[in-house]
Amino acid sequence: MSDETTGRLGGLKRTVATIAPGESRFETSNTRDANVETTDMTAEAGQSDVATTERNETESSSSGGVEMPTSDRPLGTPRVDDAVIEARDLDVFYGDTQALNEINMDIPEQGVTALIGPSGCGKSTFLRSINRMNDLIDVARVEGELYFHGKNIYDDDVDPVALRRKIGMVFQKPNPFPKSIFDNVAYGLRVQGKDDDVEEKVHTALERAALIDEVEDQLDESGLDLSGGQQQRLCIARAIATDPEVILMDEPASALDPVATSKIEDLVEELAQEYTVVIVTHNMQQAARISDKTAVFLTGGHLVEFDDTNKIFENPESDRVEDYITGKFG
Amino acid sequence: MSTETDAPDLSGTGGGLEERMNDFTRWIFLSCALVTVLTTIGIFAVLLFGSYGFFSDVSLVEYFTGTEWYPVAHEPSFGVLPLIWGTMVVTVGSALVAIPLGTATAIYLSEYADRRVRKTLKPTLEILAGIPTIVYGFFALSFVTPVIQRFFPETGTFNALSASIVVGIMIIPMVSSLSEDAMSSVPDELRNAAYGLGATKFEVSTSVVVPAALSGIIASYILALSRAIGETMIVALAMGNSPQITTNVLEEMQTMTAFMVDIAISDASAGSVGYQSLFAVGLTLFAMTLSLNLFSMWVKSRYREEYQ
Amino acid sequence: MSTETENPFTEGTDDIERKRTIGRVFVGVCFGSAMVGVAALVILLADVIIEAWGWLTWDFLLYPPTQSPDNFLGGIRGAGIYPAIVGSIFLIALTAVFTLFLGVGAAIYLEEYAPENRLTSFIEANIANLAGVPSIVYGLLGLAVFVRGAQLGAVLLAGALTLTLLILPIVIVSTQEALRAVPDSQRNAAYGVGATQWQVTRDVVLPRALPGIMTGTILSLSRAIGETAPLIMVGAATTMLTAPDGLMSPFSAMPMQIFDWAARPQTEFHHAAAAGIVVLLTILLLMNLCAILIRNKYDPRS
Repeated sequence: MSDETTGRLGGLKRTVATIAPGESRFETSNTRDANVETTDMTAEAGQSDVATTERNETESSSSGGVEMPTSDRPLGTPRVDDAVIEARDLDVFYGDTQALNEINMDIPEQGVTALIGPSGCGKSTFLRSINRMNDLIDVARVEGELYFHGKNIYDDDVDPVALRRKIGMVFQKPNPFPKSIFDNVAYGLRVQGKDDDVEEKVHTALERAALIDEVEDQLDESGLDLSGGQQQRLCIARAIATDPEVILMDEPASALDPVATSKIEDLVEELAQEYTVVIVTHNMQQAARISDKTAVFLTGGHLVEFDDTNKIFENPESDRVEDYITGKFG
Repeated sequence: MSTETDAPDLSGTGGGLEERMNDFTRWIFLSCALVTVLTTIGIFAVLLFGSYGFFSDVSLVEYFTGTEWYPVAHEPSFGVLPLIWGTMVVTVGSALVAIPLGTATAIYLSEYADRRVRKTLKPTLEILAGIPTIVYGFFALSFVTPVIQRFFPETGTFNALSASIVVGIMIIPMVSSLSEDAMSSVPDELRNAAYGLGATKFEVSTSVVVPAALSGIIASYILALSRAIGETMIVALAMGNSPQITTNVLEEMQTMTAFMVDIAISDASAGSVGYQSLFAVGLTLFAMTLSLNLFSMWVKSRYREEYQ
Repeated sequence: MSTETENPFTEGTDDIERKRTIGRVFVGVCFGSAMVGVAALVILLADVIIEAWGWLTWDFLLYPPTQSPDNFLGGIRGAGIYPAIVGSIFLIALTAVFTLFLGVGAAIYLEEYAPENRLTSFIEANIANLAGVPSIVYGLLGLAVFVRGAQLGAVLLAGALTLTLLILPIVIVSTQEALRAVPDSQRNAAYGVGATQWQVTRDVVLPRALPGIMTGTILSLSRAIGETAPLIMVGAATTMLTAPDGLMSPFSAMPMQIFDWAARPQTEFHHAAAAGIVVLLTILLLMNLCAILIRNKYDPRS
């Protein structure tokens, strides 16, 4: 008899358990509530948020993109018809620490999308989840979805290596290989089996990275012999040589002096004519100068506001974002 | 007088017990450090003086071009080439064993093994490095040679193959642990760069990490070769004592070190040319290992510059 | 929904899969190579133990060797490795005294006293080079300097001095590491109250570094106890019937005795050699265990 009872109880528990995942909406609205509390937001702001959300909801579903959950969109959230990358309820955990919390975001094709926020806010983690570099960290775990042209890159049938061939990356610290300048740029081409006309492709990539004039005569010399700014442009050349669709940049100028930085910035704007560029920066002036859209991440891995760069810097919806932009906190 | 003035005495030459102890210990410790310099001077002096006696009887030309080495025979001949040949055979042979195995082990430890596997595998392999060479010599004689004889019955009790294999096993940990150090110190940024370009793990390991660590890896090879050249007990026990130039590794050969052991345990009288040849061969051996060690340091120092 | 969307990541996947397959084979080869080393270790130990089986008795530890192999297995009188064990213990004890003094002294000079000048960097480079000199060359040095030059003869003291010079570079380097691990804040605290360099070294640095120094020294000594070639050059006896009884006594050592037995044609002696090896490896194991215990007990990092 007691066996029967426990059996029934177990069945009950199981039922509860099966319901639980579907209840995620509760969790998300809770998180939002927490947001509202901490941001000290006015009722009006909250309402306008809901309004924007609803408007976008209809539009994005009509444009055939991936449906965005209504309850947890960031403030702003511009209308995006041609989203290349769509994050849906994306969580990233490092062990027990949650680094990204319910990120929903549409990144448009071409142009520069800047991710800004204080350190530890998850902006780099988000960037690394776009090309699944987080896979390389043992303790990292991803939940939710991230679509690239409507395909969830975390699906089982997506090969992260194939993914990274479409989504290139430039890192914070210039990291040329200890190989010749030529071999650095040719590396990706060779790895991807695109090394027909390798001379020409390397030349073109160096040209587009605005480096060719400085290194034309020393292609056989080590990439490590270049200055820091040149090294970073070499890394950009290396990333674009294989012609990816998206280029992710993780604070590409943070280790450079002002002159080298401005060269990188010019280059980023130039590249945005052809590529979708997503750039993480902690330098707000830089984001304001070069980006078309800006996403503001604040502590706890929340994406608080995402809108046209002008809007973010001139008239943000969130008070916390305004405080952050004006330097009152962060 | 000085006690009456207000100015404190800061000269530190008060001659107190502690101050004198300080000076005394400084000199004691410096002398200890200088013992190492004396050792080097001693090695050079002993080898050069000993060889001087030898080369006043034997011409350098005979020594370096002669192909027969019978220093204690009635009609002695002093061509060192057979000994150098024996040393080269065992060095190349052990390198053929240790370099591929050691490098592959290093790649596995540095790039593939998870932390727990590495934590047990690495110390296990380092035990190999701590086993006395006399034990390896015994192993060559009692296990490896009989196994070889099963496949090639014509193999002698003493043969170059067995000694080479066992010297190779002995230097595996040297190659693997120094190479692994070099690979582990390749910054992760380079691995990330390659992954970011769509490289597979195999490509990251072989076309980024190994080339980036190459000078450290090569330095480990050179050090291991130098160790093989100077290795004594394995060859003295398992390789035999007939100095001959042959390409048949199943035959007996003699290395420089094995010859030195052979002379030392024989009763060659101290003043004889045969006895003095000990120092000439020792000098030849020392010159070879020293130049390899210096070369390895040079290779490694180049590597350090690259990442600083 | 996602199943309906066309997978944009199919381009080049065959190529990637091919490389993955090569990669898997490659990992297999690398792992196999690592296992060759492990297997060699296991086979070596098994070989020695099998050969020694039945030959390693109490008598083996307590009797001197004999010319007749029959005595090893309980003949008229026992036969064994006793004099060589005592010889090795004396040799290592003496070497320990010399290396502790010279090695720690040199390391203290280089870490605590030495100014940054050419002499210092020359000494350091020289030590690095000495570590790569073959042990048989140290044997020649010992032969020429201690045995003949100082006219000591082939005695325990000459052997110990030779082994001291041999392991000195390793002891100095490991002691330097132990001294370097003492935080500078501790030194500065002592200097701050007016201590001399010697007082700081004696009262602050050495006590803190002692476990590390002991660990490094024991590990170096465990290398010295297995060394054969230098002892051969110095002229140590391969076989002694009596244990040494003083610094100036002729001596044998375990590796010498093992060498003698292993080099004989009769297989009985090979078993004796194997039994000797088991004794030698056991002593080595105990020394290493000591070093590990000291490290684990005192090292705050572990």
